[in-house]
Amino acid sequence: MKQRVLVWLCALTVAVPFFSQAQQLNVYSARKEALIKPILDKFAEQNDVQINLITGGADTLISRIQREGELSPADVLFTTDVGRLVRAKQAGITDPYVSTELQKHIPANLRDAEHHWFALTRRARTIMYVPERVDPDSLSRLEDLNKPEWQGRLCIRSSSNIYNQSMVATLLAQLGSDATQQWANQFVNAFARPPKGGDRDQIRAVVAGQCDVAIANTYYLAGMLTDSDPATREIAKQVKVLWPNQQDRGTHVNISGTAIIKGAPNKAIAQALLDYMVSEEAQSWYAETNGEYPVREGVAWSQVLTDMGQFKAENVPLEMVGELNEEALKIMDRAGWK
Amino acid sequence: MFKRDPWHLLLLVISALLMLPVLAVVASLLEPQWQTWRHLADTVLSGYVLNSVILAIGTGIVTLVIGTALAYCIERYEFYGRRWLRWLALLPLAMPAYIIAYTYTGLLDFAGPVQTALRDTFGWRYGQYWFPEIRSMAGAITMMGLVLYPYVYILARSAFREESQQLRMAAMSLGESPHMLFWRVSLPLARPALFTGSALAMMEALADYGTVQYFGIPTLTTGIFRTWFGMGNETAAAQMSALLCSVVLVLLWWEQYSRRQQRYHQQTLSSSTMPRQRLSKGKALLMTLLCMLPVLCGFIIPLLQLSSWAMLTWHDSLTNDFFTLALNSFMLAFGGAIVTVIVALFLCYGKRIKPDWLANAQVRIASLGYAIPGTVIAVGIMVPLTALDRGINAWLFSLFEWRPGLIFSGTVFALLLAYCIRFLSVAIHNVDSGLARITPSMDQAAKSLGRSTTSMLRDVHAPLLKGSLLSAILLVFVDILKELPATLILRPFNFNTLAVRAYEMASDERLVDAAWPSISIVLVGILPIIFIMRALEKN
Repeated sequence: MKQRVLVWLCALTVAVPFFSQAQQLNVYSARKEALIKPILDKFAEQNDVQINLITGGADTLISRIQREGELSPADVLFTTDVGRLVRAKQAGITDPYVSTELQKHIPANLRDAEHHWFALTRRARTIMYVPERVDPDSLSRLEDLNKPEWQGRLCIRSSSNIYNQSMVATLLAQLGSDATQQWANQFVNAFARPPKGGDRDQIRAVVAGQCDVAIANTYYLAGMLTDSDPATREIAKQVKVLWPNQQDRGTHVNISGTAIIKGAPNKAIAQALLDYMVSEEAQSWYAETNGEYPVREGVAWSQVLTDMGQFKAENVPLEMVGELNEEALKIMDRAGWK
Repeated sequence: MFKRDPWHLLLLVISALLMLPVLAVVASLLEPQWQTWRHLADTVLSGYVLNSVILAIGTGIVTLVIGTALAYCIERYEFYGRRWLRWLALLPLAMPAYIIAYTYTGLLDFAGPVQTALRDTFGWRYGQYWFPEIRSMAGAITMMGLVLYPYVYILARSAFREESQQLRMAAMSLGESPHMLFWRVSLPLARPALFTGSALAMMEALADYGTVQYFGIPTLTTGIFRTWFGMGNETAAAQMSALLCSVVLVLLWWEQYSRRQQRYHQQTLSSSTMPRQRLSKGKALLMTLLCMLPVLCGFIIPLLQLSSWAMLTWHDSLTNDFFTLALNSFMLAFGGAIVTVIVALFLCYGKRIKPDWLANAQVRIASLGYAIPGTVIAVGIMVPLTALDRGINAWLFSLFEWRPGLIFSGTVFALLLAYCIRFLSVAIHNVDSGLARITPSMDQAAKSLGRSTTSMLRDVHAPLLKGSLLSAILLVFVDILKELPATLILRPFNFNTLAVRAYEMASDERLVDAAWPSISIVLVGILPIIFIMRALEKN
């Protein structure tokens, strides 16, 4: 028994392939393994590199890189929102990468002016509704939800959620602090229930009749439309997407993106990976798999997203979103947005 | 001093290592964050504290009631399926709280099949009928109670079983009715074990993140995450952890205090088992149904729901490297459990042979890790370990111009240390109450026969402790298997576990895709339950 335990413990420590001699690339990803590994594998195969992947929350990955300091094996960081990319840059753990390839294919407002981070996909936060109960013409702006007729009819998730924090942060950037606080104070009156669950739950609650409209990212609906559970697909089919603020500032858009880590031990391969990520092949797969919008012009959207329609997006310098995150959170606290 | 007493030195080294994250948390207090705390106090702080306390107390009560009642019925009455229920009752241990929460939300939520069926059948609409809201405080307490009651059940059962028959005989000869025996004899005797079990459940509830986050209940743990990641204020978050620790400290003190008032030493060497009371057919059937309920709700129903989800996805999920994942999880949990229980044995034993303030303090501080959220422990470990790695690298570089890289912070070592810190209190509680049941006169006898401390541990205590050690290993094993935040943060490259995979899917609201990893966690978790249950029966 004792011997077996020892053998197991040894196996445990040895089983971890930590440093080997082949050409390596170490990827820290806030994107879930299943949604990024296939494209990394493809790159690895084409370039004969061994890719080591670790997934986790973006903030925990960032603080890990910070602590590991110059010993960090990290080469590339992937995140699913802009706030964390800005945080990584502010923490001083990213390196600029000036690449004609990236500059050519990624619109200027979707990448850092100093070349520290780059968007790979866009994610739109929209209003969703069931056509039988809601007339889409009565709701053209996010601010419309503050009108008395919408009291107690909205489902939205908690203020702990980064998408809501980023949404309020872009409002802050565009409307200023006082106006955003006023908006938030009234906005909570529209809630049909205390915020709970994720975006998919809000969509389900709309279909079930607990509320009439929900705020959710389109890729959640896209994911539900292609879910393996037929009941989920059935629910998703009943929901329509409404693009708010098309006449003024545009619909709130977040990004998923990437950055090269300062002192990356395999910088050249890391740079090659970033260039690869904006290639047509990678853009098409990555955006389609995640139900998001490719950043590169000319790459076709997935059928599900095409069906949801074209839209005008907010044009806010994305680095402001990260910088205003803490203030956005305080505004939501004060408004009583749970 | 240490030359004469190597135990002390060893214990000091161990507890210093175990205190790392606690020290990191306490050190944060030196750096006051007035502005953030003012904002928190004005807005959300009272809610955090209140909710955490309500959740813990509620979970404590629910686990106490379910666990004690179940254990007593099973040990004292004869009814249909009793032999099966004896171990079936342990199964909810294999069900992580966040998985059961996701499952019941899928079932009972407004858009779920149960309410939809009700609406379709009776033609109701939203607002026209009342249905318990699953995503609420009551829901969270129920979920936690359903999966945590085995902590009380296991300890209560062995307490009831070890209860001496003479005491019951004496009580009966004094005219107590068989049913009053529970209140007058069994319950008071089992009290230390019961408190220990429910205290463990309460600590688990205080440290829970997955369930309360999903149910939208703001507690101290979600508050820590929010302050840390939302506001980017690591120090304030660490200070909030200190607040959480102090809540746990109160809990620990209360648990210890309630045990100190009365100390029971039973001499239970008579092997004759107590005859169980026979019941009439109707009553026996009723008891079977009642005793089935916790297992049904805490394990079978969620497992059925998971299975139905799994049926939808087997062709997508099972093609993956599934067995690698399962093997990873199993080895990690087993290794972690062994390490943890060995450390617990050292600490408790040190306290027994030299019960001074230092040994007591060491045990108590080591138990604190249980209440610190996994994330905080993980970061609390990473700070000192990375510093150590840096030191080693700088030193080796100056000698050989060679950097070995991250030796401790980037390997399984960090993970095992985190598990050890996080789950030591489970092991300690088991080992400690096991040791407490061995009367001190045995130690005196062994010593008077010239036995050394080590040989006393090996020849006298270890055989008597076997049951406690086995249940300690069981509990820690299953806990590690379910552990999530620390694993997420500390695991090395390319090292995924079932829990991580399940979480990644579930947190994306892809419950259907989380079904296979979840079921695997549950099934792998059952194996040691069966094994150890058998070993316990043999005893």
